[in-house]
Amino acid sequence: MSATATTATARAAHAHPELGFVRTYIFSTDHKMIARQFLFLGLFMMIIGGLLALVVRWQLGWPETPVPGLGWLLKETEGVLPPEAYNMAFTMHATIMIFFVIMPILAGAFGNFCIPLMIGARDMAFPRLNMLSFWIAVVSSILMLAGFFVPGGHAAAGWTSYAPLSSVPSYTGTNWGQNLWAISLFVLTISSLMGAINYVTTVINMRAPGMTFFRMPLVVWSLFITAILLLLALPVLMSATALLLFDRTLGTNWFNPAGGGEPLLWQHLFWFFGHPEVYILILPAMGIASEILPVFARKPIFGYHSMVYALMAICFLSWIVYGHHMFVSGMNPAVGIGFTLSTMVIAVPSAIKTFNWLGTLWGGNIRFTVPMLNALAFVGMFVIGGLSGIFMASTPVDIFIQDTYFIVAHIHYVVFGGSIFGAFAGIYFWFPKMFGRQMNTALGHLHFWPTFIFYNLTFFPMHVLGIGGMMRRIYDPTQYEFLQHLQPINEFITVNAFLLGLAQIFFVINFLWSLFAGKKAEMNPWQANTLEWTAPSPPPHLNWGATLPTVYRGPYEYSSPEVPEDYLPQTRQLAGARAPAGRH
Amino acid sequence: MLKWFYWTGWLPENVSTQGQQIDSLYELIYWITAITFVLVAVAMIVFLVKYRYREGRRAVYTHGNNTVEIVWTIIPALIMVVLTVLSVPTWARIKMQVPETDLKIKVLAKQFNWEVHYPGADGKLGTEDDITFDNEIHVPVAKPVELVLASKDVIHSVFLPNLRFKQDAVPGREIRAWFEATKPGKYEMPCAELCGFGHSGMKGWLYVHTSEEYAKWAQERLGGGK
Repeated sequence: MSATATTATARAAHAHPELGFVRTYIFSTDHKMIARQFLFLGLFMMIIGGLLALVVRWQLGWPETPVPGLGWLLKETEGVLPPEAYNMAFTMHATIMIFFVIMPILAGAFGNFCIPLMIGARDMAFPRLNMLSFWIAVVSSILMLAGFFVPGGHAAAGWTSYAPLSSVPSYTGTNWGQNLWAISLFVLTISSLMGAINYVTTVINMRAPGMTFFRMPLVVWSLFITAILLLLALPVLMSATALLLFDRTLGTNWFNPAGGGEPLLWQHLFWFFGHPEVYILILPAMGIASEILPVFARKPIFGYHSMVYALMAICFLSWIVYGHHMFVSGMNPAVGIGFTLSTMVIAVPSAIKTFNWLGTLWGGNIRFTVPMLNALAFVGMFVIGGLSGIFMASTPVDIFIQDTYFIVAHIHYVVFGGSIFGAFAGIYFWFPKMFGRQMNTALGHLHFWPTFIFYNLTFFPMHVLGIGGMMRRIYDPTQYEFLQHLQPINEFITVNAFLLGLAQIFFVINFLWSLFAGKKAEMNPWQANTLEWTAPSPPPHLNWGATLPTVYRGPYEYSSPEVPEDYLPQTRQLAGARAPAGRH
Repeated sequence: MLKWFYWTGWLPENVSTQGQQIDSLYELIYWITAITFVLVAVAMIVFLVKYRYREGRRAVYTHGNNTVEIVWTIIPALIMVVLTVLSVPTWARIKMQVPETDLKIKVLAKQFNWEVHYPGADGKLGTEDDITFDNEIHVPVAKPVELVLASKDVIHSVFLPNLRFKQDAVPGREIRAWFEATKPGKYEMPCAELCGFGHSGMKGWLYVHTSEEYAKWAQERLGGGK
């Protein structure tokens, strides 16, 4: 996969001819190459995760009819998806999208690319650890994909893998699939922990002269906070998957009541990790949007400090809201009251961020570039995903919508509408810096508009299904009398899901074509202020020449009255300027 | 293709006392979120149109405004506190205050059906003489019914969409829950928690009878027991 980046890093290779091919493209310690590798890994896995989603949608739209193109795989049923395979498909769709698409792209690729370049560092604090982190992620991905080929099939207990369904092999009939699922995630946590340690250390220790904490771009802040969440949350997942594996293979009984275990222990561990995980998926996208909106509105971000404090508040509160996943689980209902309050409270910092994004647009001079369109879509979709979350925070309402398609709609508004639009925005925005070439604008519009439209036509009607009572994870909605009238909506969603999938072809073409034949990018194509735009496109090994940039002001000085042009880079020293402060 | 646009999707008909409370909270949140969404979307579209790029124009140079930031922090916070205050008593009534009733039914979930136990002649659940049914519960209207939920294997979840009732059945514990139906009829009872390859289609029926009909049914099927 790294060979495709040949042109992109030609300059880096020239600057350091002593590094051979293997050290430059494969076992590279350069944070930018590792970022590209994570990006390729994430995009490759997105194809698999996306195809699995379409298989799931086909079954829900036209239950028990042959899935087009799967006849060769499902010979016994002539292409009809059996229930076991259906459970496997949605389990692996979610597992892959969350752990192998969004985390590698947002935390892996953008974390690695943005942090050193935007704080003015030559590389990560621990470059070898960084390399190891990527290659362990590759091992983990291979382990996860291997699960598709073992007898009994891959894990089929949902991405949440509730015990004892997941912990006793006979309950699902999957044996090594679920084991590999647990082993792969265990290995992945090691990779992510290495990344997180690197990010935290780099941000704390390696900022360029003048780069105070409150002059850091918001995307760096969001990745920093994400790394703290990763550092604290992943050990919990690590322990949980280890215990699951012990139950399955060594005969322990952590989760199996027949041997004195406790099924709810899995849920507590999983969601104590899982809720911070949701913020791990969304915070970097929030940072990307906060970065792109000021650049194309040509205006300082509205309320920089409250944006940072909101991130910190989310970071803290995300630890004490997880119980809202368990309101009807049998957990003591008195505890639910506390989780209701904390869940309602965490909506406030999210609201603050949304209003600040709107405030940034107010009075701007807005350019509708492709990254801007994706960032605006992120804001709009995040509003819907945030608002639908309030229904779940209210415990009585949650009794009805728990385990229905309302939840499915909500998570997709947050994780696709939020994280994936954020990822697209980031890719379109930083592609020139990452690969030294511009992406094609016409293809960018051809990708964005159908994606935005079909995305909404796919996921918005799921709210209606959920309110109608349709349970998630069911194989065939037509088996239920009270869901009969909803089946046309299921067909409608499936048609739009396929169109949404087709729209991604424009992205693939644009990405690959631009990689090799895109217009050469200038140093600062968007006329942005932050430090990465003061390095060549793509930046060479060690990013800057002999001297590191010095920072004189905050990152969002657009349309400042101090200069005639409408941007004022962080590194530019104004003659006779007053002492720069963090905020102004 | 026209059928795609014929959406009758809304909450299923409610036939329980707790459902009325849940539905009114749902509607309150629905209106709060709908109005918020419309306000935010309109503001965003207006800003995008009004402040679109114009040659020679300069954006307003501002880093924020403490007054509006405090206002838009306090308003959502107040709304959230009010929603919490309104949610908690309803939640407590539904999940924490099981009313005293002489009609107790045990639902023992297993892959992939509901085993329904009524107390036998001894009037006690979980004894040898329990009377059991597969996938059907019969109850009288307008009377609180206590369900004792348990599972033989994995986690299942008893879902009664029309009664706004949902509670997981967890192996290794007995969970007490209750409902009171307000209208006779036959209501579907699917499993709402993934429980294996037969999860889809794992369902039963709740029969809500008038008091007289229920007495008759109990006479015939429960042998004059409860």
